[in-house]
Amino acid sequence: MAEKPHTRGAGVRRPLLGITSVVGLFLLWYFLTITGVVDPARFPRPSDVWHAAVQLSGPGYAGGTLFWQIWYSSRLVALGFLFAATTGVPLGLLMGVNTRAEAFINPTFLLIRPIPPLAWIPLAILWFGLGDIAKIFVIWFAAFVPALINTYTGVRTVDPTLIAAARVHGASRLQILFEVMVPGALPLVFTGLRLSLQASWTTLVAAELVGAFFGLGRVLIIAAQDIYPGMIAYAMAWVAVLGAAMTAALAVVEKRSMPWRTT
Amino acid sequence: MAHDLTLFANTRPRRRSAPPALWPYSLAGFLALFSLWFAVAHSGLMPARVLPGPDAVVAAFFRLMREPFAGFTLQQHLLSSAIRFAFGFLIAAAVGVPLGLVMGRFRWVDDIVSPVFEALRFVAPIAWVPFAALWFGTGIGGPILIIFSGAFPPCVINAYRGARLVEPRLIEAAQTLGASQWRIITEILIPGAVPAIIAGLRIGAGLGWQSLIGAELIVVSSGIGYVIVQGQSNLATPIVMAGMVAIGIVGFVIDVLLRTFEHWVRRKWSGA
Repeated sequence: MAEKPHTRGAGVRRPLLGITSVVGLFLLWYFLTITGVVDPARFPRPSDVWHAAVQLSGPGYAGGTLFWQIWYSSRLVALGFLFAATTGVPLGLLMGVNTRAEAFINPTFLLIRPIPPLAWIPLAILWFGLGDIAKIFVIWFAAFVPALINTYTGVRTVDPTLIAAARVHGASRLQILFEVMVPGALPLVFTGLRLSLQASWTTLVAAELVGAFFGLGRVLIIAAQDIYPGMIAYAMAWVAVLGAAMTAALAVVEKRSMPWRTT
Repeated sequence: MAHDLTLFANTRPRRRSAPPALWPYSLAGFLALFSLWFAVAHSGLMPARVLPGPDAVVAAFFRLMREPFAGFTLQQHLLSSAIRFAFGFLIAAAVGVPLGLVMGRFRWVDDIVSPVFEALRFVAPIAWVPFAALWFGTGIGGPILIIFSGAFPPCVINAYRGARLVEPRLIEAAQTLGASQWRIITEILIPGAVPAIIAGLRIGAGLGWQSLIGAELIVVSSGIGYVIVQGQSNLATPIVMAGMVAIGIVGFVIDVLLRTFEHWVRRKWSGA
């Protein structure tokens, strides 16, 4: 967790210890599984993961190759996330700007919010089956809430002095909205979008585990049924890598859209 | 300056006097939601097995409390979910908070644990389901593993941040005065980190509960998540919705309990 550097110690030791711990863990894994201390039917050997990697990239597994499964899952996340962002952010803005709209929408929101997105999966399957629409619906639910809440909070925490100043200088309501409130809320909007994106990804994997035709979650659940630990570990690694990549991609967008922020 | 001040004198009170009665809007929103739901469900536009009305959902809720569904009554399902949750969450807190504190105090521990922790953190908790099934079958270990993987990271991260936020001068002063490592941890580090730790526990509890629901959709044979997934395979939409209501209520209760705990701890700490 590299937040702020510890006050003591030199700079070389940190990466060195980090690499040592990763390599050490890898060796421990290798020896425990090779010597049979850990049952390879329950925990994969490095060679099992390698075989799974070769199988998934080449002939494919659970209905497709690695590239196809990743493409399928990422496309759904992108669609669901975009849909949630384009509904959640404007609604959050509306609720932040207009107290009556807020009062009107809030009860629905308060009732729906405590229900975790994953609990919508069975209902989505009942309504839309196992196809793409059910997934997008569930992702939308998962991603909508953080986008809305953070946008709303962002608008509400804009310094009233700035709004008053804009008003004195004769700015119209629309100008105040788009040139004061939106930029002021943007940091929190992006916090919300980051949480949304993470929720989208988690929810999609869960939805694919419960029922799907393709995708990384489908690979995971088929591997569990086949008792194929190597494939489970490999697919999990891809779930982590894609989650990290999406967060990183959003961070780039965030930086681009707020050039005035230096940090 | 004086000009600005008079301006605020004009704008501020006007804004304050403007929003007196907003509750009619809230009531309208509440009524709009339920009457729309009721109207659509009873209009015949959608078949009742797709969208049952709120009345049917309430009826299903009370029927689930009396008659067993998927083997147990609603209360028994909720109890088994709650037991899993309690185990998973307590283990995550008992391991995560001390680990975070130690990582915040000792740099070498941070250096060793961080790379592994950061890599594992990106694995969505729900992605542990296949291994949970493989290692524990349908036993209680599986759901506990999933709850743990949901609740553990916030516990570690917040305890770590809390420990790092403690004023280094306080620790140095204690060291100068000859306090032992143990006393520094128990009497400076932990009290200083308590607010952050509690906040982490709350986030962890929320994520753990969500992850448990996900796990119960897939690997177990009782629990509230199992109720809704069984309702789904029986095409019983009212049961699915009643189950979702129960999940929402429990999630809400967990959050309220932890909020109360947070307030209590805050008050106690600031008073001392």
